[in-house]
Amino acid sequence: MISRFLLLATALPFLAAQPQNDLDVLPVQANVYLIAGAGGNITVQIGDTGVLVVDTGLAPMSDKVIAAIRKLSNKPLQYIVNTHFHADHTGGNVAIRQAGVTITGANVTGNLTDARTGAQIVAHENVLNRMSAPTGKESPTPPDAWPTETYVTGQKEIFFNEEPVIAMYQPAAHTDGDSIVFFRHSDVISTGDIFVTTSFPFIDIEHGGSIQGELDALNRIIDLAVPKHEEEGGTYIVPGHGRICDEFDVVEYRDMVTIVRDRVQAAIKKGQTLEQVKAAHLTKDYDARYDTKTGIGSADRFIEAVYKSLTAAKRK
Amino acid sequence: MEDQPERIPGPELVNYAGLPITDGARLWAESWDASRLTLPEHQCQVHVAPYIYRGPLNLRIWDEKDPQSQQTIAIKQYISTYEQTRTIWMDGRPHPSPNAVHTWMGFSTGKWEGNILTVYTTHIKQGWIRRDGLPESDRATLVEHFIRHDNHLTHVSIVTDPVYLTEPLIKTQDFLLNLQEGANWLYPCEYVEEVSGRPKGEVPNYLPGENPFVHEYADKYHLPVEAALGGAETMYPEYQLKMKNQKQAGAR
Repeated sequence: MISRFLLLATALPFLAAQPQNDLDVLPVQANVYLIAGAGGNITVQIGDTGVLVVDTGLAPMSDKVIAAIRKLSNKPLQYIVNTHFHADHTGGNVAIRQAGVTITGANVTGNLTDARTGAQIVAHENVLNRMSAPTGKESPTPPDAWPTETYVTGQKEIFFNEEPVIAMYQPAAHTDGDSIVFFRHSDVISTGDIFVTTSFPFIDIEHGGSIQGELDALNRIIDLAVPKHEEEGGTYIVPGHGRICDEFDVVEYRDMVTIVRDRVQAAIKKGQTLEQVKAAHLTKDYDARYDTKTGIGSADRFIEAVYKSLTAAKRK
Repeated sequence: MEDQPERIPGPELVNYAGLPITDGARLWAESWDASRLTLPEHQCQVHVAPYIYRGPLNLRIWDEKDPQSQQTIAIKQYISTYEQTRTIWMDGRPHPSPNAVHTWMGFSTGKWEGNILTVYTTHIKQGWIRRDGLPESDRATLVEHFIRHDNHLTHVSIVTDPVYLTEPLIKTQDFLLNLQEGANWLYPCEYVEEVSGRPKGEVPNYLPGENPFVHEYADKYHLPVEAALGGAETMYPEYQLKMKNQKQAGAR
């Protein structure tokens, strides 16, 4: 049964998620660390209370990820926050959840014998909807991978390791269930795939993403970030894929996405078809940096998503 | 003086002559509207390490010694433009992981080659190779040679950018030792709202083919516009022969 779940999960698209043999573990700032190389980036917050991770990477990398977390802290792993449902960010949910624990009260543990088993998985409600299925239908992922605690409104707040950790919903951005996670004392934002440094943005229109939501989310990250000196340092940003950044890196990426949106919008106003817009190479100035040539981070896929998103919005 | 526009007023718009830029860099620059610098998050944007020596105001250089061994750990530089401090590690440490943060000044390691200090820099933020919109990517690397002749310092920089340059860009600049400091070494920058009422998220840019300044520099100096648009070919003396056969911009 598990193998079928894995097949379904890995059939979903995700960004530049080839796992690496060795994980790259780097301090970000204060209590927060980056684990790269397990698929999507994993953000780890450690402290006296325990361990909280944002995203869990690809399933086959889970043992290495757990080992890397244990090198950072031997405190109980209590929380997983999923930024969205793609398998390169949730594939390790089952194994990493099982490596953790839920701290809960005696009146609960007295009635539910497995209440302490596994860490809590926090995500927007739409992540649960994408990972599960209505009763009687086949679920794309096993129940142990599903979020255990969801939110439907603006944000979910957790006070953990002596700092506020805030998951903020970003509607219709990369998908329809994106959260950015703000570590308010450490001054670090984990963005999921709303922001990546390795490719053009993947706007997953089939699963509720949109160009306007993507831009709104990038601008929200910029609003939250405060540089320390001359537009450098201060708030650090962990992208869904790629290197550690600060506000200015997001600004340049936001500029690129906005400029390409403007060009596609102008082409649509002239009545150009998708094929004509693709043939115009409107991302030529960014291709050498961001075009993955094939797959969902490619210029073609990005242009297609922007075009479809803008024309769909126009029809509404 | 070749670098006077870079040091003082800023280079003229759409003057890319003599720079080995890619077609992508040219489109990037032609889309660049100088009003982008009025966005709050661009107002305090710093010249990246390969460019900042074209306008450093004051430059201070000193050794950082290990207190135990008195070996040089690093050579430090304070560049008063944008209050930037560079650290050139001299202790043989490796460059960080590609996943590490990038900065305006990057991560530098150095070694002495005779009397020449040679420095290699990676992890530089995205910036510009000329501040009229020509981009430099965050994948650029920099090799520098600092050569002292008595009270003169020659700085040679070689930028390699696989994204926006077709071949390395080599520049030199000279510095003269100033024993009378006295200048203001501060460069505080705080953003202000320069354009009120701008829609949130707007990024000033020109659509492809709509930059109104493409011919301005070429016309002013009676150059073919192709020369003003740069590219590796425009760096070399042989290009003057080609220019003779190109339509003069002033004869349009």
